[in-house]
Amino acid sequence: MKARTWIPLAVFGVLVAFLAAGLKLDPREVPSPLIDKPAPLFSLPLLHDPTQAMSPGQLKGQVWMLNVWASWCVSCRHEHPLLVQLSRTGQVPIYGLDYKDKVGDALAWLEQFGNPYTQSLVDADGRVGIDYGVYGVPETYLIDKEGIIRYKHIGPLTPKVIEETILPRVRELNA
Amino acid sequence: MIPEIGHLALIIALCLALLQGVIPIWGAARGNAVWTAAARPLALGQFTFVALAFSCLVRSFVTDDFSVLYVANHANTALPLQYKVAGVWGGHEGSLLLWVFMLGLWTVAVAAFSRHLPDEMVARVIGVMGLIAVGFLSFMLFTSNPFERLLPAAMEGADLNPLLQDPGLVVHPPMLYMGYVGFSVAYAFSLAALMSGRLDATWARWSRPWTTAAWGVLTLGIALGSWWSYYELGWGGWWFWDPVENASFMPWLVGTALIHSLAVTEKRGGFKNWTVLLAIFAFSLSLLGTFLVRSGVLTSVHAFATDPERGVFILGFLAVVVGSSLALYAWRAPKVGLGGKFDLSSRESLLLTNNVLLVAAAGSVLLGTLYPLLLDALGLGKISVGPPYFNSVFVPLMVPLVFLIGIGPFARWKKTSFAELARRLKWALGAGVVAAVVLPLVLGRWTPLIALGILMAAWVAVTVGQNLLTRVRATPGGFGAVPNHYLGMELAHLGVAVVIVGVTLVTGLEQEKDVRMDVGDTATVGGYTFRFDGVTQVPGPNYESRMGTLTVFKGDQALRRLHPEKRIYRVQTMPMTEAAITSNLVRDLYVSLGEPVGAGAWSVRIYYKPFVSWIWSGAAIMALGGFLTLTDQRYRLLLGRRFRARARRGEAAGEAAR
Repeated sequence: MKARTWIPLAVFGVLVAFLAAGLKLDPREVPSPLIDKPAPLFSLPLLHDPTQAMSPGQLKGQVWMLNVWASWCVSCRHEHPLLVQLSRTGQVPIYGLDYKDKVGDALAWLEQFGNPYTQSLVDADGRVGIDYGVYGVPETYLIDKEGIIRYKHIGPLTPKVIEETILPRVRELNA
Repeated sequence: MIPEIGHLALIIALCLALLQGVIPIWGAARGNAVWTAAARPLALGQFTFVALAFSCLVRSFVTDDFSVLYVANHANTALPLQYKVAGVWGGHEGSLLLWVFMLGLWTVAVAAFSRHLPDEMVARVIGVMGLIAVGFLSFMLFTSNPFERLLPAAMEGADLNPLLQDPGLVVHPPMLYMGYVGFSVAYAFSLAALMSGRLDATWARWSRPWTTAAWGVLTLGIALGSWWSYYELGWGGWWFWDPVENASFMPWLVGTALIHSLAVTEKRGGFKNWTVLLAIFAFSLSLLGTFLVRSGVLTSVHAFATDPERGVFILGFLAVVVGSSLALYAWRAPKVGLGGKFDLSSRESLLLTNNVLLVAAAGSVLLGTLYPLLLDALGLGKISVGPPYFNSVFVPLMVPLVFLIGIGPFARWKKTSFAELARRLKWALGAGVVAAVVLPLVLGRWTPLIALGILMAAWVAVTVGQNLLTRVRATPGGFGAVPNHYLGMELAHLGVAVVIVGVTLVTGLEQEKDVRMDVGDTATVGGYTFRFDGVTQVPGPNYESRMGTLTVFKGDQALRRLHPEKRIYRVQTMPMTEAAITSNLVRDLYVSLGEPVGAGAWSVRIYYKPFVSWIWSGAAIMALGGFLTLTDQRYRLLLGRRFRARARRGEAAGEAAR
């Protein structure tokens, strides 16, 4: 009789254990179909010199990061200091994909908050973003020497992601 | 300055909530009258500061203060005023503030309308609610401060999610939260009763109106949400079994069970432990819902930006609240005696069946909602559970429940004879069967499911009528003398019948057409002809709209023009479909624009939805029934006595002054 009244608590304990385990998982972490596939090709004008264009082919032979950003994106502002910091260490070149943005706004934004990008590419109509499966800004891709996407991070980067996931992978890919 | 005042107000509210959670409960345990008496002023003080914080946030929104991060993320100068205000609860931090604000409202309401209750009881109830407020206020202050500054200030805000820029959203979340949080009162009453060790009929009588009030508001909130997704998402669905919808539906199911089991506890002294447990469950599910929505453990169309730190905090809070109350239950419940005995065929056992079915339904919804997470946690892969599961589990549980609605009110307490029940119910059954055979044919299509739906609706409607008639005949003074709590019950049951008609007929008889239309083209759906008159550009306050025009004809007669829109919101560059709907009692005509397909032609989606508005009207009738019970004589008497007493005191004071 007495033991029976403890049942709800026990069941609840099991539920909490599962929920706690669930917190460590990310339901949105849909394994991107692009992982381990060649980075989609494009040719886009440079933000700081629209007469010049660039394509990922030119970057073969080095490990690089593609960071999708925009001046209208508030979360990008959160991760921006981290990118600036990372670029100063020179561990990995960061290329920016300025997504659905106005050139003037984008330049002013980089002026104000600092420019971590080796180059920024202008994807004004978001077409390249579609090829990369961008569904929210910011997103970050890590691409290896062969031009193959090795890692994708959705949402703003955190110090933890950079230290524990991105940098170890960069070292691994450079090795 | 204003945001800092808001922040400070939240901190003060937290301190007051701490005192409110400790002093009155301690006072009640020690029999210290001064400490017990502190409950009401502390609750009022806490609420005042929460309300102050809330108005500070509203002000920051209205004045476009983009130096506040939350405002910069959820508003824009071009956003119309009503959506700036609704923007307050358009994101995570602000919805929490709304939650705490609602909790404060309920606490103050308890403080005001409980003068007839023993002081100890009130002290414990208000104390428990204070502890809940402590949890939410510290959650807000430590992980999700709505007043956090953004420096340098943004020039322009990121705008509110266009999906949320809608009149429905202005009212839906406050309603839903009001209902959610309202179950905290029933929960607090149960814990207070467990603490005092006095689980008796009086406790049940005190909890009943609060439970019904919360239930009524939650019913409206859910219905509004369903209605919103119907007209806003542009594809005419009205329920998606989305995790967030389920999060509000589970407390509703358990709350419905609680209302019925409270009746048994009050009238017959039975089911005491069960009722306490249900009250704990109803509120725990509200908290669980908050956890699911806020922590991001599940994906959902409603998901806000999430962050694991917040998830850990809410889970911890959930574990403490639910764990401690279940432990208190496990410790105290064995001391509670059993209620009066009852026969297998009696109103008690019917209500018990009702409870079992409702709880089983809530359990299966919970299982379906958490199943993807369970599998993922066990490393068995990623899946999603969709409507087929929910429909095939939920509907079979609801069918017997609906038949019980017809039987329950006829049955007597303690013991009732099958023969008598059968004699009374044969008319309802006969009428139901006739309706089930004939009505679908009249409406144009007979399928077993439509027939079953009609049978259930007719069964409920006829038994409600019969019941009422019997009751009126048996009441000296006729209809006017029938107590409101009884009328409320019958009205709520009738609402169920109305919902069933809506669900059955719209599911069984709806028609839709996806057509490519050039200017001047016509399409016929559900006996109505739609002529496409082209699309024009119309600027909105913070969006550009391409507005279509369609003329609806019945035969040769033009009925009206419909203007479905395709909007692009300037800041978030998000395309939104605004459906155009014309509605009457028996059908909705629903038109939404697809994509332009060249040279002025568009793809257009046209729906004919018979009786769809009955779904929400039925829910509104149910809620109305709930509110009607609150106006019952016995609650009014208590209020009236209080006012009379105050009036007397007023007169006495006046005389003294003279």
